[in-house]
Amino acid sequence: MTEAAATIPASGRTAKGDGPLAVAWRRLKKKRLAMAAVVILVILYAAGIFAPLVATHHYAQTDLTQTQKAPSGKHWFGTDRLGRDLYSRVLYSVQTTAIITIITVLSGSLVLGVSLGLVGGYFRGWIDTVLSRVGELISSFPDILLILLLAATLRPRFLGIARWVEDTWGLKGMVASGVVDFVMLAVVFLPMSWFGTFRLVRGQVLAVREADFVQAAKATGASTRRVLFTHVLPNVIGPIIVSASFGVGAIAGSEALLSFIGLGVQPPRPSLGTMLSDVNLRSSGAGVSILRDHPEQLIFPALAVWLFIFCWSLLGDALTDVFNPKSK
Amino acid sequence: MLAGPPTGNRGDSDFRGDARIAPALFRPRRVFKSQTPLTSAAFRWKVPRMLAYIARRLLWTPFLLIFVSLFVFTLGLYGPGDPVEVRLGQNYTPERAERLRDQLGLNDSFFTQYVRYVSNALKGDFGESLRFQGQKVTQILGPKIWVSVQLNVIAFAISLGVGLPLGFYVAKRQGSWQDPVVVLTALVLYALPVFITAPFLVWIFALELHWVPTAGWGGFLDKRIILPAVVIGIPGIAVFVRLMRASTLDILGQDYIRTARAKGLSEFTVNARHTGRNALLPIVTVTFFSLAGLLGGALVVELIFGVPGVGRLSLEAITARDYNVVMALTIMGATALVVANLLMDIAYTVVDPRIRLQ
Repeated sequence: MTEAAATIPASGRTAKGDGPLAVAWRRLKKKRLAMAAVVILVILYAAGIFAPLVATHHYAQTDLTQTQKAPSGKHWFGTDRLGRDLYSRVLYSVQTTAIITIITVLSGSLVLGVSLGLVGGYFRGWIDTVLSRVGELISSFPDILLILLLAATLRPRFLGIARWVEDTWGLKGMVASGVVDFVMLAVVFLPMSWFGTFRLVRGQVLAVREADFVQAAKATGASTRRVLFTHVLPNVIGPIIVSASFGVGAIAGSEALLSFIGLGVQPPRPSLGTMLSDVNLRSSGAGVSILRDHPEQLIFPALAVWLFIFCWSLLGDALTDVFNPKSK
Repeated sequence: MLAGPPTGNRGDSDFRGDARIAPALFRPRRVFKSQTPLTSAAFRWKVPRMLAYIARRLLWTPFLLIFVSLFVFTLGLYGPGDPVEVRLGQNYTPERAERLRDQLGLNDSFFTQYVRYVSNALKGDFGESLRFQGQKVTQILGPKIWVSVQLNVIAFAISLGVGLPLGFYVAKRQGSWQDPVVVLTALVLYALPVFITAPFLVWIFALELHWVPTAGWGGFLDKRIILPAVVIGIPGIAVFVRLMRASTLDILGQDYIRTARAKGLSEFTVNARHTGRNALLPIVTVTFFSLAGLLGGALVVELIFGVPGVGRLSLEAITARDYNVVMALTIMGATALVVANLLMDIAYTVVDPRIRLQ
């Protein structure tokens, strides 16, 4: 890190376009596979955000005269067992995943992980010890069990709060829109999403805080806030971006997994996980027969989940090289 | 990644360096042996340090288990769902519920209940299942664990059996078209969650080709174990291909491989004894960790294929709010994780003399 600190200007604003992020972007643009991943991700997130505009149907609109249809001009991806348009459902599911990944990464990894990491690494002392120990405790909990437990126990509480809000302020459709599920999933992923970033940022800050430019800034009387945000943070931004991009893929996968099991996003709101379990699981009644007769219904939701996970991990690999060109 | 030979002239191809390797020319085994630091001089200071480290980690474990059990216990007592209601079902009346609560000790204070639970657990009694009345948690868990162990052992064997040879082969063929193809395939497979591979494999091999049944469980030697084991094994294959490839490439660049070739050893001996064995060393450490991580993949797979294992049990117990079972499962999982992490740390130091535990 000390070498990286030497090559990257401390403030990141010495000359226009010479900041660490601009340099990284220039390096990233040379990687074809990574740029392909970026393009696909942009398309996915755009499709998610503009789903209401590009969808041909509403995700919950059933048509029992048009069930289990193959792809056609009217239904581009075909229809499911209730005659819902699969193209629109995939779009809205992508929206679900996009929202959840953004919320979780922003709240868990970036805000909580980075700020606690800065605090722990810079001030050290008891606060650092407490944060590290708590993180260690949580991370020694089996991930999947913790997530399942929280998802199963928090939902009724969150639903209760949401219903109360709906009744008190007269907000209709809050529960049906899936907001509760988004918030709940972000909270469920929080325990496992903050610690990775925390540990990383803390380690980087520990390395940077003794660097000459930080000492110089302190000696000139810069406030703690100024030291942290203009001198320390820009120098740890690379690893943060790398770990965030790996994290997003993992969160997309976990969301689909939870929804697949039935503990994630609840119907009528579609999710890639529920779409897959509709085709696949026996518990949905007609499971295996749908898989036998209409396996093509698997393709698009599966492709979307895979693209989310695959592109983010490709991007993460590329970013690792970009921010740390010496590591091979 | 891997430590060089303790002679300290790795990558050093000048005359002096070669001269120092020279005596080893006549003792090919020594190359391998000197790689394991416990036979070297490092042995003397390393073992007491490691024991101290292990002791410290083990002292930390009880605190961890207390935290984990307190957390689940709190969820059990204050979380949604009422075990008494579940148990009485249609026979629910307020009086009966109150009586049952007294019987189960649910009216005692949180602290009393927790202490009672822990003291029983220390004697090996994890209480009764709330869902299946009259059945001890330990009785329920035993057979389920055995099922999951069978499934995961087979899956792990598939990951290793396919991943390691393929990674080795690809590393030897670096520069040919097979290398990028396999690496990209591994990347693709690694990003495929089990709930996608499972239905696709069921569709192809069970519903179209009729080679294997769609679901069910018949034990170790039954056809029905094949699909779930392959599904769990696939991400592992991807991991081991990448690891083995990287590690083999690392070894192939070493001087002692050139030396071994130069003195006219057969290609098989060089591959098996000098390259393969050394390339496997760093992978040993990873295997401990991936063993602990199998639970996650197995859970969904057990659900999809109807395998009566721990994964399905934990999901059912969580949704049915059977907190006694959940508690036992979490404590078990946390312990397994701690042990796996500890083993991995130890394996790291055994393999790489540069790492010191503190």
